[in-house]
Amino acid sequence: MKALQVKRAPARFGMARIASAVAPATAARIGPLEYRSVDDPSSPGDGWHRVTTRLAGICGSDLSLVEGHASTYFDDFVSFPFVPGHEVVGHLDDGSRVVLEPVLGHAARGVALPFDGACPADGDDYAHLATTSRTGVEAGLQTGFCCSTGGGWGPWFWAHESQLHAIPDDVPDERAVLIEPLAGGIHAALTAGAVLRDTQDPVVAVIGAGTVGLAVIAGLKRYVPGVRIVVGGRYPHQLALAKAVGADIVVPSSKLDLAVRREVGCHIIGDSPAGGQYLSSGAHATIDAVGSSDSIADAIRITRPRGRVVLVGMPADVKLDLTGLWHRETELKGAYTYGTETMADGTTARTFDLAADTANFYEAERLLSATYRLGEHVDAIAHASSAGRRGAVKIAFDMRETKEHN
Amino acid sequence: MPRPGFVLDVDRSTPPILFWRGEGFSLEKLPADRSRVIYPPEPLPGIPDVDGAIRNALLNPHDMEPLPALLVPNMKLTIVFDDASLSLPKMRRPDNRQRIIEAVLDLAAAAGVDDIHIIAALGLHRRMHDYELRHVLGDRIFDAFHPRGLLYQHDAEDPDNLAVIGTTDHGEILEINKRAADSDLIVYANLNQVAMDGGWKSITTGLASYRCLSHHHNPESLQNTRSLMGDRDHSALHKSIWRMGKVLRDHGPKIFQVETTINTQAFPSSFGFLAKREWEWNARDRATYLATTKSLNRLPNSAKRKIFHSIESPYEVTSVQAGFTPSVHEITLEHVYKQHLVPVAGQTDILTMGIPFICPYNPEGVMNPILVMCMGLGYLFNMYRGKPLVKEGGVVIMTHPTYKEFNPVHHPSYIDFYDEVLADTTDPAVMSQKWEKKYAEDEWYRHLYRTGNAYHGVHPFYAWYWGAHGQQHAGKVIIVGGDPPTVRRLGFTPASTMDDAFEIASDVVGRSPSITHLHVPGVLVADVE
Repeated sequence: MKALQVKRAPARFGMARIASAVAPATAARIGPLEYRSVDDPSSPGDGWHRVTTRLAGICGSDLSLVEGHASTYFDDFVSFPFVPGHEVVGHLDDGSRVVLEPVLGHAARGVALPFDGACPADGDDYAHLATTSRTGVEAGLQTGFCCSTGGGWGPWFWAHESQLHAIPDDVPDERAVLIEPLAGGIHAALTAGAVLRDTQDPVVAVIGAGTVGLAVIAGLKRYVPGVRIVVGGRYPHQLALAKAVGADIVVPSSKLDLAVRREVGCHIIGDSPAGGQYLSSGAHATIDAVGSSDSIADAIRITRPRGRVVLVGMPADVKLDLTGLWHRETELKGAYTYGTETMADGTTARTFDLAADTANFYEAERLLSATYRLGEHVDAIAHASSAGRRGAVKIAFDMRETKEHN
Repeated sequence: MPRPGFVLDVDRSTPPILFWRGEGFSLEKLPADRSRVIYPPEPLPGIPDVDGAIRNALLNPHDMEPLPALLVPNMKLTIVFDDASLSLPKMRRPDNRQRIIEAVLDLAAAAGVDDIHIIAALGLHRRMHDYELRHVLGDRIFDAFHPRGLLYQHDAEDPDNLAVIGTTDHGEILEINKRAADSDLIVYANLNQVAMDGGWKSITTGLASYRCLSHHHNPESLQNTRSLMGDRDHSALHKSIWRMGKVLRDHGPKIFQVETTINTQAFPSSFGFLAKREWEWNARDRATYLATTKSLNRLPNSAKRKIFHSIESPYEVTSVQAGFTPSVHEITLEHVYKQHLVPVAGQTDILTMGIPFICPYNPEGVMNPILVMCMGLGYLFNMYRGKPLVKEGGVVIMTHPTYKEFNPVHHPSYIDFYDEVLADTTDPAVMSQKWEKKYAEDEWYRHLYRTGNAYHGVHPFYAWYWGAHGQQHAGKVIIVGGDPPTVRRLGFTPASTMDDAFEIASDVVGRSPSITHLHVPGVLVADVE
């Protein structure tokens, strides 16, 4: 089949990193991603299904890979060459439509679940993600980073039954493809919400209002009761969408500190609010959906002492002065993917189920801004890289008309 | 002999008229045969011997004993003076306040008075920088009193240093600076530039607390203040202040008020064209105008501000009077009106005005968007006695770049006011109910006001209320040359040129509206029949 594939090619990663600073399209053209004929992956065995891709989103982590910014941390959690694509809606051979929960978890690897009913991403030992399973599935933290399964940026791939969620007929593909990113945002929202349960008038700041930021806001609004949500975003359409999905206050990113200060009524340390100062108190929790040095530093300085900063935007290499974090006893917590959530009332729920409900509630298809064919991947990557600037939110590949489906 | 104010009917031969545009100017052609320009009276001559006049006023006061008779050893004397919001631009040294206080200190020393405090009557304005105190008071006073903590600035948020004097028959609480309240005598050193200031307002606002000021600094009072510069009987603000003045007179310390008036000679000779009527510009004036505007256009805003804020005005003192506050103030008003009043017949459909780089709330700082509104609809619109220059429901057109810039040290709460309050409402009554308390009681603003150089947290509300009457009166407000999103945030309409503004105004006032241009500078009060 013909698919987009990433090979282990350090020189290409380096060139992409340099080119991406100038032109995302060039990075896509000269980087590690190639549109080429690839060998069909073999079935990993029982419980695995062939999934024909219908729509596959382009995620921030995909971009960071294509543009050569991904951390070497992942070197042992991926297996080359792989077909990217983990935000996928597809159909099985019987025609039923499914959404992929992409983590290649315990069930997919044929190892014991960490607890009964665990989701693919649950657990506290990642050995199964970095090693070849008994059934021959190579290392890979998710579908889309594993050479054995294929990925969503190809016409079809293999998925384990533990990864598949059926979609009702009335849910359009364009909505379903947003379920995976929504799940990531909801998980981050609930990670922040976990420290707010006994807090009066909780305030959560959100940095960034791209797809993940919007998913975070939706998650906070729906699943963290009574929270006031203050959002800093870069582009006007993002701010409008943030408001639409439930943010109480939306401001340009540069004014987030002032907005949080107004909301909680604290001081700015130092006489001038010209920028860069810490708040004396701040948000009870801050969710960083950007993942840069600046955004993490901002998150720490606008979060109250002993508050929680949740990193949901993939940070990679950052440079930070952590004196403030040390002095304020700030809790810095990652939020990766999804799993089994503990809700405000103490019950548990699967993030993907919450995300499916949320996608329906907001009619999430409005966040899908443009689709491209696989062969137009250079334009698609360029569009996704500059989505904010170009007034877009989510970009996806559309393979519903692909000949190889038939 | 200075010429009185003048109303020019614009005809085809009238040259383009000068408009301020913040830190710059423009020349605008006004439509012939239906426009008029109100020019201020030329600056009145000053008193030749100012120090002599001050000494004479102290020794021959109105309705009070001479100051030496009020000064006795072991008494508690407090000298209070107007802050840096006056004059605009700042007066060339020596400032009137320095001259008055030096004269008072001489008499106090002769009488053996040694318990003397000098307090800047800030109200809720920002604390003055040391260099501003030096400018206003002179080095001798600053060096003698400031290091010993005897020269300081009123703190309206210091509960330990406020005292309630009493309550008016309208239930208004008069609460002022405790040291002043406990004094045997207050001497108030005033510099009067406009009719709004002076009189009982000096102490009942300059030394007051927030709760005291809120009795009259509110939308209802300001909407019923018609005008700030006109008759007191038509000003709800001044009526409230005068009620407080009665409480102060009956229950407060003895007050010896010294008021001074200045003429309108605001700019040095390098800006001579500003004070001239355009058809009287000679070749040198035209060349200076061109060179000035072209140079300014090349500079960043910060550099332009530096130039303008460094101006020291060669004002001349036109009167000095001292004694019982109401008696003194009546004489002051006579002198102010003598300098400012211009008789004007009737109202027009449109009022145009150029907004300068400065207003009372940004000495040394940025004329932020809220202050543009305040200066236009609060001050310049109110430069009338009788009726406003523009008909009710008419159009006010202002020229100003209206950039979204703020001085974060001076105006921290203005930044939040712009982002939060104005995003919600431009209605003074609504913002007063919904937002004012939060800003007034914000601990960070309070900290910056008390220890830094920030206006009080509530101050942007007061600046906005100042324009409440104008806002209510005008059917539309247009800003020519302003940053469009910023102008819209103020609730106004942006226009790129004066012709565009007239076109936009035609929706409200038709195709052939009558137009009045209030010529700034200098300062004038239109006596509208």
